[in-house]
Amino acid sequence: MTAFIIKRLGFAVVTLFAVLSLVFFIVRILPGDPAMVILGDQASAASIAALRQKLGLDQPLLVQYLNFLVGAIRGDWGVSMVSGRPVIGEVLSVLPSTIELTLVSLFLGVILGVPAGVWAAVNRNRIPDVVTRIVSLLGLSAPAFVSGIVLLLIFAIALQWFPVISSGQDTSFSGRLRDLALPAVNLALIMAAYVTRVTRSAMLEVLGQDYVRTARAKGVPAGVVIWRHAMRNCLIPVITVIGLYLGILIGNSVLTEIVFNRPGLGKLIVGALTQRDYTMLQGMIVIYTLIVVLVNLITDLAYGLVDPRVQYR
Amino acid sequence: MKSDLSIPTKASPPSELRAVSSLAWRAFVQAFRTNATAAVGAVLFMIIVVLAVAAPWIAPYDPISQDMIVRMEGPSMAHWLGTDYFGRDTLSRLLYGARYSLVIGLLSIVIAVAVGTVIGLTAGYFGGRLDIVIMQVMDVVLAFPALILGLILVAMLGPTMMNIVFAIAFTAIPPFARIARAPVIALREREFVQAGKALGFSNLRIMFRHLLPNILPDILVMASLWMATAVRTEASLAFIGLGIAPPTPTWGGMVREGFENILDNPSLAIFPSLAVLILVLALNLLGDGLRDAIDPKLRTEP
Repeated sequence: MTAFIIKRLGFAVVTLFAVLSLVFFIVRILPGDPAMVILGDQASAASIAALRQKLGLDQPLLVQYLNFLVGAIRGDWGVSMVSGRPVIGEVLSVLPSTIELTLVSLFLGVILGVPAGVWAAVNRNRIPDVVTRIVSLLGLSAPAFVSGIVLLLIFAIALQWFPVISSGQDTSFSGRLRDLALPAVNLALIMAAYVTRVTRSAMLEVLGQDYVRTARAKGVPAGVVIWRHAMRNCLIPVITVIGLYLGILIGNSVLTEIVFNRPGLGKLIVGALTQRDYTMLQGMIVIYTLIVVLVNLITDLAYGLVDPRVQYR
Repeated sequence: MKSDLSIPTKASPPSELRAVSSLAWRAFVQAFRTNATAAVGAVLFMIIVVLAVAAPWIAPYDPISQDMIVRMEGPSMAHWLGTDYFGRDTLSRLLYGARYSLVIGLLSIVIAVAVGTVIGLTAGYFGGRLDIVIMQVMDVVLAFPALILGLILVAMLGPTMMNIVFAIAFTAIPPFARIARAPVIALREREFVQAGKALGFSNLRIMFRHLLPNILPDILVMASLWMATAVRTEASLAFIGLGIAPPTPTWGGMVREGFENILDNPSLAIFPSLAVLILVLALNLLGDGLRDAIDPKLRTEP
């Protein structure tokens, strides 16, 4: 177990290092001087030289690379080219709202998806199954901005249950809940679509096994067979994919945050893109890499908690 | 029909291409015959392809010509789906936009299939340390959500059509490497591969002529499912603002423009959104149906 954790940690560190190196070198290989890109074509030679010095671009490539790596590890990700504030501060200030959105949608998605998947599996090839399959296929076909716009049109514009543009200033519990509701439901529906499909096929697989038939033959009530006997084995693949889908959720949170104008990493990265905030962009890539690596690490370790048969190699 | 079933005679061994395509073709025919899902997906997809190809002839207006007199109009006889902020005809822009969605989706997946399959075949066939290194690298790439990786790449490279294709292809290479590698590991111990080796066939010949046909059906299923993801990623990037630059009509870009005026005229955002949804759904239906047909274990009819 310890060896396994060390191995996964090692892999996480290697991944992080590889991505950071890749980001650094791709940005340097690209045609065009970052200082010129930031300041535009009209900038004077003097201001470009000054910015080059400020960004450390006048130093040898290897020195820049080492500075970048050491800085990334120490949390010194440079200063935003637009706001002038440290990148890490900007990132950390919006990170909680993205995490809040992602975790709430993950939870809602599982709550919706697992029962729906079980319902479909138990009624295989009957109407509930067909309905769930069509709905879940729709859910995983719709890009997050499409479902987001539909929710926005129905619940914020037509029914006016929720604000179209939230001020984000209301910090009371009910105010935050109102801001969170639509974006979280949007992401949760997408998550539920994936979870439903996996639960359905995992459940079908488990229901065909001997021990389930034995339990039924013994006269164990159907509900107990499904939710107690079958559910435990059905959860293993479900948890595996929840880890995978957390990545999809993070990707979709970008689109959701834009549609619902909710502060978060997604809005920050889009702002950095449109304003050509080069240092901010680099910091965003680092934080996304960190999140992805962490999520994968946690998912790997979570297997063992659900499935004692997992061999930690 | 009869000739389809006949075993290839020793006198005329099927050519490499024929062997590959006939296997895949049989899988497809079987899929459509047994599976309504695949058929519905295929029909929807074909309709979109035909509309996209015919766009220059059937589009009622030029997709980028502006007509300031008819700005932001709702659907009418002259403009079936209304006009946008610049007075451009929404229907015409949708028809032309389909071309970009399809070309970017198709091109990026063709690249991903080609590169990924070669990587997976190589890793699986040779095994050992090479396999470990290749698959570790693939795992690193796979760790990233397609949208985030695509966003990072396009942001760094710049939003041109070829860069978008490259970025999306890059995100889709690892799954194809994986799907190609897994069966090859089992297949390489089989007699027909050993026989090929004993006969002195080159590794390349064994890989592409003898192993590839065996894994092709799986790859095609994956290709249609991943093309759905590619189309969705392209639309999402365009919505974020990393699509082909305006005034080129892309569906994601149209949603982005429509979204800015959503309070005045929601239809501008709704029509292109529906277009993306239908195309992605068609590809997912196709892939799902094909998978059920190819994998007998998952077939819906017992």
